Amino acid sequence: MDMQETESVAVRFENVKFKYDQNSRYALNNVSFSVKEGEFVALIGHNGSGKSTTARLINGLLEATSGKITVFGKDVSDKKNLFEVRKSAGIVFQNPDNQMVSSIVEDDVAFGPENIGVPREEIGERIEWALSVVGMTAYRNSSPARLSGGQKQRIAIAGVLAIKPKILILDESTAMLDPKGRKEIMDVVLRLNKEEKMTVIMITHFMEEALLADRTVVLNRGKIVLEGEPQDIFKNSELLETYNLSLPGIGYICKQLQKNGMAIRDCLYPEELAEEIASLLQEES
Amino acid sequence: MDIIAKNITHTYNEGSPFSSAALKGVDLTIREGEFFGIIGHTGSGKSTFVQHLNALIRVYTAEKKYNPKKDKNTEKPVLQIGEFDLTDKKCDFNALRAKVGMVFQYPEYQLFAETVFEDVVFGLRNFAKEKPTKEAEEAAVQQAIEIVGLDYADVKDKSPFDLSGGQKRRVAIAGVIVTHPEILVLDEPAAGLDPIGKREIMELLHKLHRDWCRTIIVVSHDMDEISENCSRVAVFSEGKVFKCCTPQELFRHSEELEALGLDIPLTAKVQRALAERGVEIETDFTRDDFIAKVSALFRKKTDKGDDGSCGKM
Repeated sequence: MDMQETESVAVRFENVKFKYDQNSRYALNNVSFSVKEGEFVALIGHNGSGKSTTARLINGLLEATSGKITVFGKDVSDKKNLFEVRKSAGIVFQNPDNQMVSSIVEDDVAFGPENIGVPREEIGERIEWALSVVGMTAYRNSSPARLSGGQKQRIAIAGVLAIKPKILILDESTAMLDPKGRKEIMDVVLRLNKEEKMTVIMITHFMEEALLADRTVVLNRGKIVLEGEPQDIFKNSELLETYNLSLPGIGYICKQLQKNGMAIRDCLYPEELAEEIASLLQEES
Repeated sequence: MDIIAKNITHTYNEGSPFSSAALKGVDLTIREGEFFGIIGHTGSGKSTFVQHLNALIRVYTAEKKYNPKKDKNTEKPVLQIGEFDLTDKKCDFNALRAKVGMVFQYPEYQLFAETVFEDVVFGLRNFAKEKPTKEAEEAAVQQAIEIVGLDYADVKDKSPFDLSGGQKRRVAIAGVIVTHPEILVLDEPAAGLDPIGKREIMELLHKLHRDWCRTIIVVSHDMDEISENCSRVAVFSEGKVFKCCTPQELFRHSEELEALGLDIPLTAKVQRALAERGVEIETDFTRDDFIAKVSALFRKKTDKGDDGSCGKM
């Protein structure tokens, strides 16, 4: 591995194994993959497939049983690197209530940068920037306890952004939000990825979200079983079912219509399906 | 037990600078036996409303005496659930809460006991007028754990925290239904689960609806969940009920929902895109009905138009 490659790789897993305790099965079993700097990767898999374990291994919340994990070339298992690694990879979890540390929004967002020793003046700027990115500037002096779940989650994201990480890890961070809140978060994430070139690793159960990624990695029982463009993966209904991922609603409709003799392609978007059905029904017989 | 609500208002932190009106006069009737959906974007008042149903939030007049002179612009609120009058301070709230079960969002976060058995039995003991016998407790807990689809012998002595996410949620639901509520209210019961877990939870709710609780009320953001499962649905907006009707009626006017910032089911999206392309179909917005109607159109076309229809249904 030459130096240049190391620099452009944000996260690399090499034969990583992990188990939560001696007697349990491997939660991750010989996983190798890498994420390039600036890439947007969606991690999918059914509950218990090892997605969250992977997220926690990246910034050293968990330590691999064997194998090697590097973040921007730094070995995560080396305690000396841990501080640096956590500065460059921030995780946003599922439940915003578990991530609030303060009774005032701006204090909560300030917690991260204070912790890593950002100068006082700059903290103010970072809070302003982070809150504006997630659209919560008006709530700067509010109490998180008085915010809705979606708003709290945006504060949690702002709290991570304030550290200015190079990698943003989202562990089902939109699961508790309403569709509008989810879209807002996805807009923020896409903007960070496209404009700020932030590397994004997103764990999600929502096909609509995974479709926005550059690449999708499918985990099943602690192993990577599928990797590729999300469009290709979500059209592969047989494989999805093999890995205990149910077919998305639209895929189910396509399959049933095909079973009923309609020659339509597998679709991912409502418009696409409507086009297929309409052209089939309207073609001259 | 029918639920009749009229003129329910609620203001959080009234009289303080944080005062905010969450409910501004809610009128809603939910009949016994319904599988009822409640939708609305964040902050529309739906959670505040459902918390009234088992008196976690008291109806405005239950705390302060209704004063017709001072409140002359507002009509007296009504909240009647079966025989319980929730506006009456003397209402037996304990009995009410045993009859109206409430499953919060992410109920697994509320598990607390050392064993699954202890966790589930807690509600039973809490609401019982006199202490149930050991045998009665065991029988009730076993029944509750089994109906939610877990193996009683296998899980009863385990720590609830050693179970998987989906199992934890089932234990939490068992802990609520163990008192045999007639009405079960669930706030986003499928949130955060993977697609298979979601489907299993919805199947469980149908099973409970059939065999256990007469009325199920589900608060959800997932419009596909609503269109597939609910018999009627209420849309909350800005502290009021914006609309209450069947899902079919609701999603036929999908533009209204979108104006409120709400999503619409997949089938409604496809149907609208089809209409733009000149293919009009009418469905009840469930997937299976959609598939059946589209397939029927297709068969008609391939049958070379024996009946001369023009492709409209």
